[in-house]
Parts: sequence; structure tokens; C-alpha cells
Amino acid sequence: MKSVFAALALTTALTFPALALARPVTLTTQMNNYGGDGAYLALYVTDKGGAYVGSLWMAGGKSKYYKHLSEWYRATGGDLAQINGITGASVGAGRQLEITLDLADALFDAGYTLHIDASVEDMRDSPNEVAVPLTSAGAGQPVAGRRYIASFTYDM
Amino acid sequence: MIRALHRWPGLLAAVVLLVLGLSGAALSVFPAAERLSAPQAEAGQSVADLVGKIAGAYPTVEQIRRAPSGKITAYWFEGGTPKAAVIDPATGQGVASADPNAVERWLTNLHRSLFLDDAGRLVMAAGAGAMLILALSGAWLIARRSGGWRHWFAPMRGRGPARWHAEMARAASVGLLLSAGTALWMTASTFDLLPDGEAQPDFPASVSGGSGVALTDIDMIGTLAVTDLRSFTYPYPGDASDVFTLKTESGSGYLDQGTGTLLAWADATPWQRVSETIYMLHTGQGASVLGLALGLIALAIPGLAGTGLAVWLAGRGARGFRSSPAAQAETIVLVGSEGGSTRGFAETLARALVASGQSVHVAPMSAFAPQSYRRAQRILILAATYGDGVAPASAKGFLDRLAALPVAPKAPLAVLGFGDRGFLAFCAYAERVAAVAKAKDWQELLPLATVDRQSPQDFHRWGLALGKALGIDLVLSHSPRTPRTASLELIERRDYGAKVQAPTAILRFALPRASLWQRLTGQGFGRFVAGDLIGVVPEGASVPRFYSLASATRDGFVEIVVRKQPGGLCSGQLMVLQPGDRVRAFLRRNPGFHAGRDRVPLILIGAGTGIGPLAGFVRANARRRPMHLFFGMRHAASDFLYGEDLARWQAEGRLARLITAASRGARPHYVQDALRAEAAELTRLIQSGARIMVCGGREMAAGVSAALGDILAPAGLSPVLLKAEGRYVEDTY
Repeated sequence: MKSVFAALALTTALTFPALALARPVTLTTQMNNYGGDGAYLALYVTDKGGAYVGSLWMAGGKSKYYKHLSEWYRATGGDLAQINGITGASVGAGRQLEITLDLADALFDAGYTLHIDASVEDMRDSPNEVAVPLTSAGAGQPVAGRRYIASFTYDM
Repeated sequence: MIRALHRWPGLLAAVVLLVLGLSGAALSVFPAAERLSAPQAEAGQSVADLVGKIAGAYPTVEQIRRAPSGKITAYWFEGGTPKAAVIDPATGQGVASADPNAVERWLTNLHRSLFLDDAGRLVMAAGAGAMLILALSGAWLIARRSGGWRHWFAPMRGRGPARWHAEMARAASVGLLLSAGTALWMTASTFDLLPDGEAQPDFPASVSGGSGVALTDIDMIGTLAVTDLRSFTYPYPGDASDVFTLKTESGSGYLDQGTGTLLAWADATPWQRVSETIYMLHTGQGASVLGLALGLIALAIPGLAGTGLAVWLAGRGARGFRSSPAAQAETIVLVGSEGGSTRGFAETLARALVASGQSVHVAPMSAFAPQSYRRAQRILILAATYGDGVAPASAKGFLDRLAALPVAPKAPLAVLGFGDRGFLAFCAYAERVAAVAKAKDWQELLPLATVDRQSPQDFHRWGLALGKALGIDLVLSHSPRTPRTASLELIERRDYGAKVQAPTAILRFALPRASLWQRLTGQGFGRFVAGDLIGVVPEGASVPRFYSLASATRDGFVEIVVRKQPGGLCSGQLMVLQPGDRVRAFLRRNPGFHAGRDRVPLILIGAGTGIGPLAGFVRANARRRPMHLFFGMRHAASDFLYGEDLARWQAEGRLARLITAASRGARPHYVQDALRAEAAELTRLIQSGARIMVCGGREMAAGVSAALGDILAPAGLSPVLLKAEGRYVEDTY
């Protein structure tokens, strides 16, 4: 299963538009008022062993700053192909990022963890700002981030 | 062309540049404040020592960063919450919040992107580009104005907003060029247009698997000075596969957390170093004094924008005349104007000609097209001169086109030159035009005439001559600007010269009172020194007459010397003034004819009413600078202006020597003769650095110049040479 999944992940970055085994999942990230410029966020998934599987979203358009999303950067080597087509603007303090993706059912209740690395100009980098296991039971449950994210929720 | 390249980006970008300049100036303070407030590491402190101290104070420390200002920040976790503080390297303890300053952040976002993110960055980058063009084209214009790059630091002449614009630009252009150039580089870097990304080593494929090496045992950290540190990052807690990450001035690398061995290293690339240097130059972070200097220079931008706009508006003010097509006009008026003021004169001329029934075509000299002037009866050229006799902007290419003509146009030509006698090459371009026309056998309608410093009288006089040549009554009354006048009350008059048929008076007026508001807003009469001018507007005329001031504001009165001119409207009115009577007048500064504050000897040469400003210099000479006055008059018994004062000033040490020449009486001679008699002493003074100031009639000034030419020739000096150095100035009328 894992190898099939990984192969798919390479080409579709974990999203499966219009496939029966996928469903729309809304990821809501509420930033707190940390008193800085727009935050860069990398949303990505690791497997049971902690190995990087794929990226879900990159908030922030300038690749030169991606190295500050240090866990993501280390896992991907800053490979821009990982976020091709799933890149948006950085998220300001107090603002909300809401994205809806078609995620494979197989991602849930299988030991996968969703991570968010955050970085703000002139402020400390916060890798693993959020690390939340993807489970059916966890859907709809807000999780607090460590510094910049007030709450993160995924709804199915 | 260069002027257009200067004008349009300036006008378009003025608002953006104001925002950039003011926010940049405000931002320049922060790096200096950070440099002063951040506790600095002692010389020789090692990174191992610093990290050890911080780890003692904050056992969960994750990362330590050092800013170019020397500020050290530590990041750690406390109960799952990330924390940060500015660290005192001596103790390892936090001393201040590490969060960015909200004001600085706001200003930074305004400065670089107008809070509009990438769109705003592009607008601001366009502003920086405009500033680059403005600084380059402006420097070129200044060089041309002062007669070449070699004369960049020569004293400037001219007056008004144009002078201020040039003075400020001269002081600021290099700094603005640096700010603009580095801004564009940084924008290119932000948009990933430069290969200046940080060199990052590949993450090591394998590590020892151990942990807990003592930092003091790691050579690299034990010997590394804190001043070379950029950042030091601990491995992720509990992750044995992770490493120490070290960034220094020279590059970055990974160290094993079990053994301390260097696992990977990448040197900083040359591009990265260049970008870091440029970032430092632009922001002043790591170079706070330079940052403050650039911030101060950025404050010139509002001044440059204001004076630039004033110059442009002044040049536009007189526009709006509708001229006839070239093919149908009887009179062709060609204008060679640099700042636009000569154009104003041309339009006054054109209006007066139209009023007397002529059809007139007005065009820039650069649009000279003789084959299309089919019905032209005459061609009038009004030409300004720029710098060292260079063609003004709107006359580019005229001489080449004229020289290329097989035969000169049939319609006769009159050339009127505009310039400033304070400049060495007074009306030199108009002279060249006249010379080339003569060489082409172009029929002359009127001989070459000149207008000094936009003198309405000179222009009026030329108009009369032109009207006579055309057989019409031509009255040209052109006032370049109508300044606000103040009412001056006469408090004293001293009369001279009646016996020698040269009625002359020293008129002393009370200083007009200005309210505080007028003083603050510059609406009052203004401060002045001897050598400045007042424009007196006689009753029944709109054109002012100018008189040199013989006093300064600190003397507490306004003093001029007036001689009754036969049929002169203004001098006639002034000569009948009695104490208590009033005239309307305004101040015009004349910085080209100031005594200055230095201590080099002054040789003052004047005749008749020309004594006025020279007497003013002597009166103000409390510091006893050596002043030598040569004064020419008609008869010592009748028109020895300031006779008693000069004797007193000499006794007080304000005047070193007084040499007079009387053109009538027992032994008639002129001031030139007095100069020749003192040739040896004059040569000695001038060789020791003395400055010469001449005031009086034009013929006298020419005679003085010729005499000095003879006197100085044996010493290898000449009036022309001294004028070029700003050591020979004239104020003539």
C-alpha cells in the first residue's frame, strides 16, 4: 500500500481530484497576533517512521526563504517540484488560511502525521509549529501551534 | 535630452520618492540604536564560551543568532512554548525582548512595499530606478552647469530654487546613487533574479548516532570568535540523526552531536558576499554610521522634490502663447532656453509683436528649419548660455544645422543673448551663434545684444532698438516674476556730486518690520548682506530697477547709493525722496557678490555709485580682514561718497588701505591709473590669495579688467584665470 501511495504522491502531491477513494478535506489555520510580518507555512505529511511523504501546501511565494521552514527544507532539500501548483501567499498575523484538498482516504488512521513549519521574517523559525496525527477521530478537533498558529483544524 | 530624462522621472516619481526618502531616513536610526543598545561580546570571547553561558541560563536553548550589529539572540523552549531574548554575552542571560520593533517593522514595510507586498515592491523598485536615473542625469547636469566634472566642487553661482536644487543635489547625489543602486540589487535578490542564495551544504547521509559532545572539545567552536558567528543551532531534542548547524562569516556547515566532527561545509559564494555587503550598505545594519549618513542624505529628497518642482513650474509659467505656423509667419522667434526662463522672454516679445500686427512663429532653436520659413521677414534668436558656453537644452544641434546650410536664410537676423555676468562665459553661446551667422554672411538686422540676469531693462532696451529697426513702437515689459514687495521708509539721505553734475545720494531706509509668521514662512523682506540687491518698483511702472545694497540686516537699515540718471524714472523718484517718504521694494540675493567669511585679503575696486556694496563690506569688517579699497570719483570735494565713514573705518582697522582717483581737478586720473600705480603691491596681494571684487559701470569694469591684465601678466596670472577660480567677481550695470 505504501509504495503505491508513494508513487501516487510523487505525481499528485497527495491530492486525488475526482477519485472515488478521495474526499474533500478542509484545513483551517488560524494565526495568532504574533506581531510580525506575514508567516511562511509549509504543510506536509510524514509516515509512521517519521519519513517525509509529501507536501499539501506552501504559504509563501519566495523560494529563497524556504530554508527557514527547516524541517520541511531538510526533508525535501528545498525541492520546488514538491510544491508545484500548491503554493499561495504568506499568511498575516491574526489571519486565517483555509484550504480544501481532495485527500486520499488511505491517509487517515494509518499513522500519518501532518506537520506545519512556520517562519516569520526577523523572528525565530518554528519548525513543527504543528504536528497532528491524521485520524478520523481527530477531524474537527482544534490543535494549538507552538508560537504563531493559534489553532489548526482539519474537517472532513 | 538629459534634462527631459531628469524632469519626467522626477515629476512622476516625486511622491514615491518622498515616501522612500522620509521612511528611509527614519529607518536609518534603528541600526545605530541597536548597535548602541545591544550588549557586545568582549574581544576574544569564543563561541563555545558564549554557547556554554547561554546553555547554563537556558538549558533548552535551540538556536543562537548574532546580528551584524553584534546583537545576540537566543531561542529556546519553555514548557513547549518557543521563547527568545536578546542575550548579554558576558552572562548568557536575556536582557531584552527579541521581538521586532513594531515601528521599525511598519516603516520597513512602508519603505519596501507600501504594505502592498510584491506589487508595492515593484512600485518602490521603480521609484529606486527613477532615483538612479535622477541621480545620474542630475550629476551630469551639475557637471555641465559648473563647466565640467573637474569643477564639481567649485562654488556655485545662480540663484533661486535652481541654485538650491543644484547645491542639495551636489551634496546628496552620491549617497542617493548608493541607496538607489543597492535598493535595486536587493529587489532583484528578493525576486530571485540573482544567484545569491545562501550556500547550504548537503545534509550528511550518516552520523555517529551518539550525542552529548562537550562544545569546548569541538575545535571549530572552541576557537571561533563570537564576532565571526552568524548562528548556531542545536540538534532537534531526542533526534539522534540530527546535527549541530553552524553559520559563520565564511560559510555554513554541520557538526556531529556525538563526536563534534565537521560532517559537511559550504563556503559562502562570492554572490552571497556581494549581496550581504549591499544589504549592509543599504540598511546600515552592521554599518550604522554609514546608515545614518545615508538617512541624513535621504532627507534631501523633500528639498530636492520641492525645488525641482519650483524650477519646473517657473519654466512653465510663461507658456501658453499660440504661434502662427512656420510657413505663414513674418517673424520667426527661435528660443534656446535651458530652464525655461528665456522662453518667457520670447513669449513676451511674441505677444508684443502680435499686438503690433505681426504674425509670429515661436519655436525652439533645435527646430530650426529655414526652408519652411517661406514668408519670413526676419528671424530673431533669443539664446541662453549654459555653464561654460554650452548650448542650452532647446538649442541642441542648431549650430551644426546652420553650419551645414549652403547659404544663409534671406530674412535678416537679430541675436539676443541671455546670461549672468557672474559666469565666466557670459552669453558665450549667443556669441557663437552670432559668429557662425556672420561667417555665413547672414544679413544682420541688429547687432548682438545681451540681457544680464534676466534684466527687464536690458530686454526693454533691445525691444526699443528692434522696434526702431522694424519701424514700429515696440514696448517690451517683461518681469520674470513679480515678487512681493515691502514698503521701505527713508530715514536719512546724504547728497553728493551736485557741483560735478552727478547728483548722487546715499539713501538709508528703515528695516521693514516682519511679523514672526512672516519671518517663519519667509514672506518678510528677508535677511541680506552687502552686495545683495533690492528691486525698487517705481510708481507708474511694473518693471523693477535693481540697486546694490551697502548694508546688512545686522546694521539695522537698508542703504543704497543712487545717482540721478537723465530721464530715469526710478532714480528720479528716489532722488526726490525725503525722510518719512516710502518706496516699494523687494530683496534679491546676489550670492555671487558677497565678501564671504574667509580671511583672505580683499581688493575692492569701485567707481561712482559702485562704492555702495564695497562700503558695506568694509562696514561689516569687524574682524579686520585686510581690505584694500580703490575708489574712483569725479572730484574729492564733491562726490567722495562715504568720505568721512571711510576715514573712520580706516582708523578702526576695518579698512587696511584707501586709494582714491579723481577724474577732475589738478591731476585727473581714473581708478585704472591708481591700480597701475600700485602694480607691485597688487601682484603681491593676489599671489598671496587675495580676491578681487569690482563694482561700477560696465566701461569702468572693462578698464579695470584690462589694467589688471597688464599688471598680472608678468606674474603669469590673468583676470580670466582668477574668474575661473572665483577670485575675481564683478557687479556691473
